[in-house]
Amino acid sequence: MTAHATPVAEPAPPRAEALAATAATPAPTLSGWGRLPAPGREIFSESLESATRGAVLSRGLARSYGDASLPAHAADKVVNATMANRVLAFDEATGVIRVEAGVSLVELNRLFMPRGFFTPVTPGTKFVTVGGMVASDVHGKNHHVEGCFGAHVRSLRMRLADDSVVTCGPDENADLFDATVGGMGLLGHILEVEFTLHRIPSQWVWMESERVPDIDAFLAALAKSAPQWPMTMGWIDCLTRGRSMGRGILMAGRWATAEEAPPTPPRLGPQITLPFELPNWVLNPVTASLFNTAYYWRHLRQHAKQVVSPEPFFYPLDAVLHWNRGYGPRGFTQYQCVVPRAAGAPAVREFMELLTRLGGASPLCVIKDCGDEGRGMLSFPLSGMSIAVDMAVSPDVQNIVDKLNEFIIAAGGRIYLTKDRFTRPEHFRAMEPRLDRFLATREKYDPQRRLRSALSVRLFGDRA
Amino acid sequence: MRAVLLGGTTGIGRAIARQLAERGESVFLMGLDDDDLARSAADLTARHPRGEKVGYARCNLEQPDGFAAALDAADAALGDFDAVVVTAAMFATQEALEADVELTRRLVTVNYANTVVFCEHARKRLLPRKGRLTVFSSVAGDRGRKPVAIYGSSKGGVAVYLEALDHKFHAAGLSVLCVKPGFVKTGMTAGLKPPPFAGEPEQVARDVIRAMDRRQALLYTPGIWRLVMMVIRMLPRFVMRKIGF
Ligand SMILES: Cc1cc2nc3c(=O)[nH]c(=O)nc-3n(C[C@H](O)[C@H](O)[C@H](O)COP(=O)(O)OP(=O)(O)OC[C@H]3O[C@@H](n4cnc5c(N)ncnc54)[C@H](O)[C@@H]3O)c2cc1C
Ligand SMILES: NC(=O)c1ccc[n+]([C@@H]2O[C@H](COP(=O)([O-])OP(=O)(O)OC[C@H]3O[C@@H](n4cnc5c(N)ncnc54)[C@H](OP(=O)(O)O)[C@@H]3O)[C@@H](O)[C@H]2O)c1
Repeated sequence: MTAHATPVAEPAPPRAEALAATAATPAPTLSGWGRLPAPGREIFSESLESATRGAVLSRGLARSYGDASLPAHAADKVVNATMANRVLAFDEATGVIRVEAGVSLVELNRLFMPRGFFTPVTPGTKFVTVGGMVASDVHGKNHHVEGCFGAHVRSLRMRLADDSVVTCGPDENADLFDATVGGMGLLGHILEVEFTLHRIPSQWVWMESERVPDIDAFLAALAKSAPQWPMTMGWIDCLTRGRSMGRGILMAGRWATAEEAPPTPPRLGPQITLPFELPNWVLNPVTASLFNTAYYWRHLRQHAKQVVSPEPFFYPLDAVLHWNRGYGPRGFTQYQCVVPRAAGAPAVREFMELLTRLGGASPLCVIKDCGDEGRGMLSFPLSGMSIAVDMAVSPDVQNIVDKLNEFIIAAGGRIYLTKDRFTRPEHFRAMEPRLDRFLATREKYDPQRRLRSALSVRLFGDRA
Repeated sequence: MRAVLLGGTTGIGRAIARQLAERGESVFLMGLDDDDLARSAADLTARHPRGEKVGYARCNLEQPDGFAAALDAADAALGDFDAVVVTAAMFATQEALEADVELTRRLVTVNYANTVVFCEHARKRLLPRKGRLTVFSSVAGDRGRKPVAIYGSSKGGVAVYLEALDHKFHAAGLSVLCVKPGFVKTGMTAGLKPPPFAGEPEQVARDVIRAMDRRQALLYTPGIWRLVMMVIRMLPRFVMRKIGF
């Protein structure tokens, strides 16, 4: 993989400022999980088939952090798919399920976990739609074994830019399928998804967790657990510098057997809602660092084994609804990248050093070793180490993202579009050798680039 | 329960149908479009603990000639239903209705005249079965109000009819439930700005099914609307003439 950083021509004005200006206008706005708004409105309908006619973008539960689900222009017709939420078929014998694209994972879990089925791949939140899971080709703790969600999709029914409705899958209109999986909604509106649910032996998870003293030990521990465990990931304290840099907690898990599991199904804990936006200052370096130290030492024993409910295992952040309000009115973003295996542990250590040096990173960062690249043309994971870190939007954020991107380009890695809002087009091109193939497929199915988003304007030069 | 739902493919009706199916009741759908009905029927089957096949029939509130046949189909599929839930109705803004008298004619016909006709068919079958008839009115029908003058009157008419049915047939064992939702976030209200206390269809559906189980006659949902409407019903005419809501 080529490893040269593209120099930045001239510093663009901090995007956050421009966005804050639009937020002040009374016109209706839409935003992603990072809460940076863009002017626009969305249409809700139970019938995606009729609502998507003439629409230029579909969105789900808006859990993508950046501008992937935001319109390019305030007047663009944007469809919110969440009311299209019917299960169209389910085969208990094979686990094959067909759903409308707006079905949420929280609903699928509620319906099918008690019957012994679970989604083959789950992201770290259950508040996503199946359409969004396809469009971002989401990955989970089991990526090293199961790949991304798209690897389990059998067929998609879509409305294309010319308003025709077609089906595609791994063996049918395969180029359309490969560009749609991870294609951020730019190839067409996903109306229906057929995929395979996996059988689970119980509704409980066997989890082993370990306190790890520093980044090198962390990488070694992850490498050791991957072949033994179907699910792994780690939380890293990215505020500590020096010898303990990269200390954290490694978690590995598998579904508990029927014998290990408690006799009753897990109960959902209380759902707390952060009812209002906190002021910007609440999350600052001091509170963040206190939080981290507490989080690290809460894990008292060096090593722990236990049977846990899937909720805290898969969805620890879902315990507080709207926790994104905690970042205050400034909003936030996430930087998620993958450092290829070839670049090795030194590159990961260097990345962590760069991250702590640049500052701006929030308490915790999530680390996960990814398996092989899937067939989605813009799908994020590749064999290597994925690192994800939230950061509040500040005047500095553009510079931080630029510096991290330059490092990642040099290392031969890439970033995750569904989390991104600040990557520059020249940086994205430099890290994406697959981009031309994606753009050519898009050209074939949508030569006028009718389908577009704020992200496609930013990164692919679509007209605003 | 063996329940027929007219309007059960969308919104509050969809939520009620799902909750009934998920707790193992038998359901039957009526609505406008075969494909839409088939998709909802599949959804309910997937949710039913025994995977019960869900039947459906086309039934258009603008075509009263079809009511008896649709109810026959439901009786055949369910083996004599004992509950009927009507959520189907039209909605249009006051501006749209004032600008288009034909739309006004259709809306008051669907929401009042033909809803009453449909209920009369249903009542005759439900009465000997000591069944339940649940029909959606609205808080908009509690008072003549400027922004919902025409739609509200159609819903008010339904409420008076249902109250009378309850008075007349309660002793004979028929349970009539008049549901008055406040603002609920569904396709019907998707273009409108949600006011305070806006409800979710799932929450409203839970309230409705509990009221059906208890054979209640009147339900405001979300519950806060009972208090809100108590106040609004007491406002004197000179106030109602002045205020904009
Ligand atoms: C707390 C948290 C944890 C997360 N953890 C992970 C993780 O572990 N792994 C991971 O991979 N991701 C993770 N994510 C990201 C999330 O899984 C993705 O952003 C996902 O796509 C969100 O789904 P959504 O329904 O909210 O889609 P939206 O955010 O609404 O949209 C995301 C993209 O999908 C497109 N889209 C949505 N629906 C359709 C449709 N019907 N047709 C066509 N295009 C459509 C949109 O245009 C947009 O480009 C996490 C997010 C949060 C907030
Ligand atoms: N949402 C609120 O805030 C609110 C407030 C007070 C009262 N209500 C009442 O609650 C009930 C349910 O509404 P909702 O919010 O769930 O809205 P909804 O999803 O739009 O439900 C209305 C249903 O009526 C159907 N319908 C319309 N015309 C019909 C006809 N001629 N024949 C048969 N079916 C017809 C619609 O079918 P199509 O979709 O196929 O057209 C739709 O399924 C309605 O009676 C409404 O008046 C709602």
